Formats: sequence, structure tokens, C-alpha cells
Amino acid sequence: MKRIDALRAIHDDLADCAVVTIMGAVAAELQSLGHRPNHFYLQHAMGLASSLGLGIALSRPDLDVVVIDGDGSLLMNLGGLTTLARYQPSNLVHIVFDNESLLSVGGFPTATSTGSDLAGIAAAAGVPRTGTVRSVEDFAGAFRAARAARMLSTIVAKVDAVGPSAFVTDLGLLENRYQFARHLRRPSA
Amino acid sequence: MPVSLTASSTIYAALKASGVRVVSALPETWLVHLIRMAEDDPEMTLVRLAKEEEGVGISAGAHLAGVRSAMLMQNHGFLASVNGIVSCAQLYRIPLLMLISARGEFGERDPWQTEGGLVTRHVLDALRIPVDELGHASEVAHKVAQAQTLAYSASRPVALLLTRDLMWEEA
Ligand SMILES: Cc1ncc(C[n+]2csc(CCOP(=O)(O)OP(=O)(O)O)c2C)c(N)n1
Repeated sequence: MKRIDALRAIHDDLADCAVVTIMGAVAAELQSLGHRPNHFYLQHAMGLASSLGLGIALSRPDLDVVVIDGDGSLLMNLGGLTTLARYQPSNLVHIVFDNESLLSVGGFPTATSTGSDLAGIAAAAGVPRTGTVRSVEDFAGAFRAARAARMLSTIVAKVDAVGPSAFVTDLGLLENRYQFARHLRRPSA
Repeated sequence: MPVSLTASSTIYAALKASGVRVVSALPETWLVHLIRMAEDDPEMTLVRLAKEEEGVGISAGAHLAGVRSAMLMQNHGFLASVNGIVSCAQLYRIPLLMLISARGEFGERDPWQTEGGLVTRHVLDALRIPVDELGHASEVAHKVAQAQTLAYSASRPVALLLTRDLMWEEA
């Protein structure tokens, strides 16, 4: 499965969520499908997208938070998985696009390419719903089921190590940050 | 345990008064009372971390969602958080109130704390993080409020060092 096809399959569903992505390729892909003010692309700080999503989820139980993580990024903050599992926010779905590589910086293989199992790690950390999916259909189904379950879920989607040729978009980092914060704080959000 | 309960209560009250509703923490001796206070307070969300750097993400998320937060950690936790501070809180202009216990200063008996004591202020300065010390209970409320004000007006991290004179009562 290609990550961009997986993103396309849930792009409509994301419209009413607070979406936090990691940097680089996936941020550019989501923007290419259509940026919205409820998307925040954490363009650095590897590992912290899941922690940032947890901060939103705990601060605003009324929001549905979707974190779009990567294997390399999650491997940098495995302890954060135990924190997610400890608080188990029912309003957070944690997607990990596992392309078994650091695609955004040359495509070098991560430890998932030699067998480390992120869904297994998440389950062992205490995340109550975990699973690995390998097709766009299964991914979209797992995402919708996770939202409906209202229970913290980590969905590991195995994807091809392919992405856009460039990652810089015309959306400024601070523009994105202030737009997102304003969006979350609007009275009806 | 000779960690000052009075000083801890004063600091906790100051955090509450400055609007803090989310506290992320990784324990160390000087912070035990503060963490218990956060834990026992139904108005406070306490996030227990596995590593301090996560707290930068928690605070950034809380801020973007409109909630004030603070991080409680020792100086080695601050050192463990540096990349998150630079590439999340500073890059994205997040007001971040960090309360850092200043271990390894004069009076420190634990040999393992002493290197951290030597470098903490230098690292804060290198990161251009405004820093002040909480040295006496009488200045706590004022300095916490001032720190929070600057964090918000500058949209940046600020640090308050919790000193031995404030936190530790010699038995
Ligand atoms: C602390 C740190 N080290 C290294 C980098 C460089 N870097 C940027 S993106 C990236 C790879 C991210 O990998 P992954 O999360 O798997 O996402 P992918 O690029 O594969 O989509 C790396 C290593 C960084 N941003 N921060």
C-alpha cells in the first residue's frame, strides 16, 4: 500500500479531528491532498508528535485527536507509548505509517525492517487496541473502527517506502501553528 | 524527608494562581511533594512521563489546545529535553514554563549530581532561555507569575530554578 492512498482514504474522515503529523514526507503528502486548519505538521522534534497529540487529547476531551506517526519517529520515543498507554485517552487514534525506513532523509532502513514489531510494542506497552494492516481497505476500516471504539488505538500501517520528491510546502511553520491553535480554540471546536 | 513541604505548597499555589492546569513531571527527590499535590488536585491533570522530553510535547499540545501547563523536572531532565525544547517549543513559539530543580549546586552531597550543576545555566544561556532562581518562599508567587507572563508575551520557554535553599530543610 502507498501511504498517500491510505491518507486519501481517510482524508474526509479527518475533517472533524485535530490532526497532528510528523515531519517531512507524510506532512507534504497530507498537504497535497488538501490542507485544513485542523492539521498540524510538527516539522521537527522527532518523536514528539504522539506526545503533542496526548497533550491535546488530555487538555480537550471534547476533540477527536489523530496522530500520524512514522516508524523512525516512534522508535525515537518508545517511552512515549507507555505514557499514551498509561493515560489511554479515548479520544486519540495513533496511526503509524511503517515504511521500514527513514524515508525523509535518504530512506535508510529502521529496525522495523529487521523485525521490530511496532504494534506488538504498543500492545506490550499497554495500548488497548493495536493492529497491523497492509491494504488501503483494511487501513480505512481499522481507522473507522478505532474512532468508533472510543478507546486508545495504535494502527500500524505497513506502507511502501515511497513519497513525494520534495517536502517543503508554501505553508509556513508558524502560520500552520497559529492557524491550528486558533482553530482548536474557536468556540465551536 | 527534609524536602520542604511549605515551599512545595507555596510553589504549587503559585502555579495554580498562574493558571496552570496541566503538569507533566518526572520525579526526583525535591519534587515529591509537588507531584503529590498535582496528583491529589482534581483540577489538575498530572502527566507522568517516561522521559522528560515528552513533557515538551505534552505542553505544546496543551498550549495549542488553549490550556496552560508547566513541566517539573530536575536539571538532568532539562538536559534530556534539549532537542524537544529547541525543535518543538522554540521552533513553534510555545510558551513553556519549566520548573527545574537545581541539583549539583553548593551544598550538594550526591556526587552524581555535580556535573549537571556545572552546566545547567550555561545550557539555558546557550538556548537563550530566560532564567531566574526561586531562592526564598517569599518571592515564589511573584516570580512564578512573572515567569508565566514572559513565557506568554514572548511565546517562548522560560525556566525557574528551584534552589536548595528553598527546597531542602536540613534535618
Ligand atoms: C533528532 C533528530 N534526528 C534526526 C532528524 C532527521 N530526520 C528528519 S525526518 C527523519 C526520518 C523520519 O522517519 P519516519 O518517522 O519513519 O518517517 P518517514 O520519513 O519514513 O516518513 C529523520 C531521521 C531529526 N529531524 N531529528
